[in-house]
Amino acid sequence: MDSGKTVFSALDIEIRRGAITAIMGPSGTGKTTLLKLITGQIFADRGQVIVDGLDVARLKRKQIYALRRRMGMLFQNGALLTDLDVFENVAFPLREHTRLPERLIRTIVLTKLHAVGLRGAAELYPQQLSGGMGRRVALARAIVMDPEILIYDEPFAGLDPISMGVVLRLIRSLNDALGITSIVVTHDVREISQIADQSFIISEGKVVASGTTAELRDHPSPIVHQFVDGLADGPVPFHYPAPEYHEQLLGGKVFA
Amino acid sequence: MTIVLRELVQSFLTFLERVGLLVRFALRLAAILPSGLLRPKPIIEQVYNTGAMSLVIIMTCGLFIGMVLGLQGYDLLTRFGSEEYLGTATAISLLRELGPVVTALLFAGRAGTALAAELGLMRATDQIAAMEIMAVDPMRRVVLPRFLGGVIAMPLLVSIFIVVALFGAQLVGVEFFGVDAGSYWSQMRSAVELSDIREGLVKGLVFGVACSLIAVYEGYNAQPTAEGVGRATTRTVVISAVVTLILDYILTALML
Amino acid sequence: MRSTRTIDISTGLFVLLGFAAILFMVTQITNSGYSMKSDSYRLKASFENIGGLKSGAPVSLAGVTIGRVEDIQYDMGLYKAIVTMRINDKYRAIPNDSDASIYTAGLLGGQYIGLTPGSSDVPYKDGEQVIMANDAIVLEHLISKYLFNSAATPPGESTPAPAPAAQE
Repeated sequence: MDSGKTVFSALDIEIRRGAITAIMGPSGTGKTTLLKLITGQIFADRGQVIVDGLDVARLKRKQIYALRRRMGMLFQNGALLTDLDVFENVAFPLREHTRLPERLIRTIVLTKLHAVGLRGAAELYPQQLSGGMGRRVALARAIVMDPEILIYDEPFAGLDPISMGVVLRLIRSLNDALGITSIVVTHDVREISQIADQSFIISEGKVVASGTTAELRDHPSPIVHQFVDGLADGPVPFHYPAPEYHEQLLGGKVFA
Repeated sequence: MTIVLRELVQSFLTFLERVGLLVRFALRLAAILPSGLLRPKPIIEQVYNTGAMSLVIIMTCGLFIGMVLGLQGYDLLTRFGSEEYLGTATAISLLRELGPVVTALLFAGRAGTALAAELGLMRATDQIAAMEIMAVDPMRRVVLPRFLGGVIAMPLLVSIFIVVALFGAQLVGVEFFGVDAGSYWSQMRSAVELSDIREGLVKGLVFGVACSLIAVYEGYNAQPTAEGVGRATTRTVVISAVVTLILDYILTALML
Repeated sequence: MRSTRTIDISTGLFVLLGFAAILFMVTQITNSGYSMKSDSYRLKASFENIGGLKSGAPVSLAGVTIGRVEDIQYDMGLYKAIVTMRINDKYRAIPNDSDASIYTAGLLGGQYIGLTPGSSDVPYKDGEQVIMANDAIVLEHLISKYLFNSAATPPGESTPAPAPAAQE
């Protein structure tokens, strides 16, 4: 909760409309926190988050909800509602926010399920789905209200290579077909660099590098180099801070 | 010494904070109560989850509590040669104390933990966050129906418990020990007043509000981990039991 | 996951059961909705003093419960308590010169009416008045009488004056 730790100190990110923006960084750099800031789940102590000209922190509860209706979000593990089946999960935002007739809801839901290739799984429950399928259903749910912004929180975590490829393709095709602004938070550099239009690498609360995939690959900064190439040691050290190895082994006391 | 004192003050402050949070939570529930009542379907589902699912345990325990009352009451009353008061003694003790209190404790153990675990799991699997992103207020959609379901179910459970227990006591007193069935019921009738029944139902309602509130509060605010969910269910039982007994004393003092 | 229909039905069942339980409590275990079954007949008896007799108290014949006290009224003309009893139809043939007394079950127990059969061949009819009715023995009267007779009364005096000791 309130640990008093500063997560971001000098973070300046501009996300282009209609593009796929990747936000990368080592684990624990506050990528999920950034998403919560964008969606108005938490507010920054200082600084601003501006979405389509609106300062999120200054919005009232109702306005935030209105803003969120224009967003879709894919959670790390799908976050499907476990007491509803796949069809009802995708229909959920429609039923909550619209008064569409049942036939129209059915058509919309089946279209979206078809888009993620799971029209046949409409009657299954979330417990019966594999990780990749669950994430695709969640994606269908995220786009059912035709959002302008689509946010992906670690969309590739824990997926097998095939599912990963499927999700990758879906992100790209949804972005192109619907003209959605996509924000992908991930640490899977290789995967996301296939589709991202622009990328930011954040570390220790700061943007350490930004640009296209190619620009990042040739970036001079050692931390970017370490991150992109997946090196074990570098500016982010392999060893947790400790006293000198030989001193601790040889010098009688176990803990200095 | 000062450390002990400081810790004491600290834990007292934590306690106050928790009470304050609970009150705020309750006020928020009260504020959305009218809009929640407009959608009866989810409430009915929760009456099923909390009430109908607790029926078997409530009836089983009611039967045995009644039989114990029959045994103990008969044994005690024969010492004064007034075993025909068995019905009166059983009915009064059930209506005023045992019915509401034991039902509330069972409710906390059966329905309360289920509620807390369910909500905690929804929190841990991001379902609650997902709803917020979908601009659906989880307090309204998830918490309120569960709370109301518990509040509605409790007085009904108390009544069922009492009636089953009365027949349990009759089984032992009349069928086993041969107290006259007529005097069992007629002595009960001549001594029990409507105000006794009212006391039982009022207690049931108040306990229902308290136990449901604690369960949904603990579940909703659970730490989003497996351990957090476990802790939320434990706390639900412990706090519900303590609060029930304290409230019982206050209500008894008020209504005597 | 169960179908909505099952949920609705069992919820309905549960709510119905709950309300049935409330109804049972309100009508069956308090006096407010109390009524005896119809296969019974009435007897009446008038007492000078009924002590702590309450409606619902048993009526017994040789220790067997055969009915209940249904109603207790005070008759302003007779200055007597009129007790109406409901006797089960199984016990139709109670001689019409049987008498009724109010007894106490145990030392502190509740009071009940005991009938002692007479020798007549004609049974009581529905609503008939019992001829002989013996009052309840009130413990306080007994005690004051005993105290008065043994300690306070000088020999020879037979009518007890209001005992000052008993009033304190």
